[in-house]
Amino acid sequence: MKKAAALAACAALCFASVMSVSAAETVKIGVYEPASGDNGAGGKQEVLGMQFANSVCPTVEIGGTEYDVELVIVDNESSNEKGPTAASQLVSEGVSVVLGSYGSGVSIAASDIFAQAGVPAIGVTCTNPQVTEGNTHYFRICFLDPFQGTVLANFAAENFEAKKAYVLTKLGDDYSTGLGFYFQQAFEGLGGEVVADTFPEGNADFTSYVTTATNEGADVIFAPVSTEAAQLIIDTATSQGVTVPLLAGDTWDSNVILNAAKGKDAQIYVTTFYQEGGDPEFDSSIKEWINSDSTNLANNGGDDTVAAVTAMGYDAYFTALEALKAAGSTDPAAVNEALWGVTYSGVTGEISFDEVNGDANRDVAYVKVANTETGAWEFVAEQGVN
Amino acid sequence: MSKRKNTIISALLLLALFGFILILERMLPPTHIALTVLKKSCIYALVAVSMNLLNGFTGLFSLGQAGFMLIGAYTYGILTIPVEARASVYMYYGGGIIQFAVPVAVGILAAGITAAAFAWLIGLPVLRLKSDYLAIATLGFAEIIRAVFMWDKLGVLTNGSNLLRKFPTFSSVTFPFIVAGCCIAVMVLIINSSYGRAFKAIRDDEIAAEAMGINLAKHKRMAFCISSFFAGVGGALLAMYQTSIQANTFKSAMTYEILLIVVIGGLGSVTGSCIASFLFIACSEWWLRFLDAEMYIGDFKVPLLRSGFRKVVFAVIIMIIVLFYRRGIMGNKEFSVEGICNFFKKRFGRKKEAAS
Amino acid sequence: MDFLSKNLSYLLAGVSVGGQYALIAIGYTMVYGILRLINFAHGDIFTVAALILVYSTTILPLYIAIPLVLVATVALGYIVERVAYKPLRSAPRMSIMISAIGVSYLLQNLALYITGGLAQTYPAIPIISESIKIGPATTKVVTVVTPVLTIILVIVLMWLINHTKVGMAMRAVANDFETSRLMGIKVDNVISVTFVIGSFLAAVGSLLYFTNYASVVPTSGAMPGLKAFVAAVFGGIGSIPGAVIGAFIIGICENIIKGLGWTTFSDAFTFALLIVVLIVKPTGLFGEKATDKV
Repeated sequence: MKKAAALAACAALCFASVMSVSAAETVKIGVYEPASGDNGAGGKQEVLGMQFANSVCPTVEIGGTEYDVELVIVDNESSNEKGPTAASQLVSEGVSVVLGSYGSGVSIAASDIFAQAGVPAIGVTCTNPQVTEGNTHYFRICFLDPFQGTVLANFAAENFEAKKAYVLTKLGDDYSTGLGFYFQQAFEGLGGEVVADTFPEGNADFTSYVTTATNEGADVIFAPVSTEAAQLIIDTATSQGVTVPLLAGDTWDSNVILNAAKGKDAQIYVTTFYQEGGDPEFDSSIKEWINSDSTNLANNGGDDTVAAVTAMGYDAYFTALEALKAAGSTDPAAVNEALWGVTYSGVTGEISFDEVNGDANRDVAYVKVANTETGAWEFVAEQGVN
Repeated sequence: MSKRKNTIISALLLLALFGFILILERMLPPTHIALTVLKKSCIYALVAVSMNLLNGFTGLFSLGQAGFMLIGAYTYGILTIPVEARASVYMYYGGGIIQFAVPVAVGILAAGITAAAFAWLIGLPVLRLKSDYLAIATLGFAEIIRAVFMWDKLGVLTNGSNLLRKFPTFSSVTFPFIVAGCCIAVMVLIINSSYGRAFKAIRDDEIAAEAMGINLAKHKRMAFCISSFFAGVGGALLAMYQTSIQANTFKSAMTYEILLIVVIGGLGSVTGSCIASFLFIACSEWWLRFLDAEMYIGDFKVPLLRSGFRKVVFAVIIMIIVLFYRRGIMGNKEFSVEGICNFFKKRFGRKKEAAS
Repeated sequence: MDFLSKNLSYLLAGVSVGGQYALIAIGYTMVYGILRLINFAHGDIFTVAALILVYSTTILPLYIAIPLVLVATVALGYIVERVAYKPLRSAPRMSIMISAIGVSYLLQNLALYITGGLAQTYPAIPIISESIKIGPATTKVVTVVTPVLTIILVIVLMWLINHTKVGMAMRAVANDFETSRLMGIKVDNVISVTFVIGSFLAAVGSLLYFTNYASVVPTSGAMPGLKAFVAAVFGGIGSIPGAVIGAFIIGICENIIKGLGWTTFSDAFTFALLIVVLIVKPTGLFGEKATDKV
């Protein structure tokens, strides 16, 4: 009897999985973002941007027909191992184009799945060069790590007269390792010295790392890591009385960091894609939208700070719509072809793709500093590479 | 039914399954999730059977499977990345130290052999330990291997903690099915050989086995190496399936997953492991997905459904199986036509009795 | 002096981490001593304790929330034993172990579902989360409190085991399961008490651990759990002083390794140490000699 019951349960599961909804005149856009794991917080904020964009503009005209846009959201769990399955889930749902991801590692891991299926993907904030290098289906709208690393190295050398930098990266995180590498290259090129260290996944004890940084007499600490580790690093550094500036890349531009640093004695500088106030109209409408729904508010980390990744998600959605319009079809291959020529003027700036790898033509990054009293980001400088 | 007839029927069934998969592949769009599930479950079936060989048939409780898969995956990746792609893969390490590539078949074979070689080395000290201590020591070795492969001093070989990619992969289900099928067939042959009987004797009673003249150390080492060989091959296939390799993904959680599959299928049942792999992968990746999305029946919003619920339900199902079907799907029996006949006969017989 | 000022922080961190591992390791070692079960779910109970505090402080003041965490964690440990381990007492040991892995999987996924996959910030507990200066090093008060509290708790526990009736029953059950049942000891109750003590210490450990590293994710407990388990094996599983000493050795070594710049191997080193000990002394530093019964 037990076996029969088990069989019945299996059959029910099969049946439930076969139930799939198909409506006419819908174009599907895949959202390949982390909702859990290390980058869960950032991924959720990025998805918020897309969902907001979708609520602003839920339809698109493709080849003379009005289509409803449906976002198909999957969770890649910030894991290079789970990512490909989530990606094939998207592909089998029949999406025309994919947006994502937040992190570089998962984007690289899923790249081949999209390539095999012929579905183009638009990277939102994955900054590692390997995402788009040597392929024709992966595009991205953000700047790259060689650029970002150089910007940060210049900033450290110019503003803090730093001679020695402590670079802390996470093992097995392509974004972290990559950005650390480019920072080191640029910083050493400027005549500085770098002490590099790595921490394994699941590490929560940063005391020893901070101690090493202090003992080495580092002038700045550069930690391009996920917000999760960042919280702990900030906490450990402040409780150990570290006063040297903490530098990081785009991942730290999040209210998670602001909350961790609030009321503490820390100098935190980040480079990012968007500064709140860059487009007041966008800011106010998205704040209103976030505040209108408790789920959105929770996904944004409990307040209505507009993260740069949210703005990027917003722009990515409209870039995808432009591509669909230009393609005049929902066929992924046509969208892929059309993407090369797409230009869009978004809240984070002009978006267009270069001809080699489909990378964004961006030559400026915003540097922000965390105000630990008010818990908000303050604009420092717009920085490019000379 | 004679033994020979049984073998023929089993072979026919296997062929029929292969034919079914071929047809499925023609019928479904190439990106259908069913095919993804099939690919992954072939690979997991191979690894689960290899673990079963050790845990279920030899009684050696090893938790090092993920480590040997890692070795297999890296060996395959390192050896088969095309020379022209190496510069971009090993971008932080100047293109890496190895500047040749071998064909896929050689790469897979090398993956198995390297894993087996490591197993031989690790087995020297570790196999003297008993039960739980062996489990912990092998688990520890898997973690050590993972750290070594992420070490940036070895970066020219392993690409540090970064991804290895651009090696040849497969897109059709038939490839992993055939490779995994052949490997499992070899393991079945080993299990049914005199070595296999020795393994089972060791499992049932070490001291009695030794008294019967079985060389314990030799046979244990042999089982350990064979199991690792196939875990290595499984690792190579997994790498091909994932299209990229990173040491970080081969965590102890992966070993636990495989152990769960082995136990759900039944310790000491090859077919059980295969069936359980398919059910496990299909449930976790496919059939329960609908639980993650919000659902409305009419205007009624089904409660609890949101991202992550699938995994909770899945874990509950596993707990139920572990608690109430503790011998697993197949127990220690094998799937056979005869078994099915008996099962229905019993059922049918019982019903007849009830009717009369 | 220069040497001390440079390395004091590593040592402090090591001692503190060691104390936290010790509190978790006791739970492992006691359960193993009695049931011969590697309780894989113990690390997750540790995580759940942290999540309970995170959620309860959103509605309750801290002085109610902390006792609540202790009670709730103990209840969880008790329930897990009753639901997942007790029905399998006569089953092969492998089944119970799988059940433990299953519980661990379930607790992790439940935590993932409830937190939505986002890291939760652990509330700051007054006094112990402030910074103090010890000689040349600055650290949190909890770093100093942890080893002291650990040692006090261990002394109390040792007294409990050596001088009370329950303790005697526990020793008897650990020594011979069947005979103690025949002698009229209520084995199931003794096992429940073991889980209650283990969970209580894990809850205390979680309070200390997460005050130090104030962010909780569903897998937070996995690594400390595994390390604590290694510590228990290292010290000789089943032996409480062994587990505590093992935990301190592992905590300190780990931080020295990090201080030497071998950060990639900080986790691996723990396991390497374990394997060396197991090979030299297969039952751990203070373990009893196992005898094979024919």
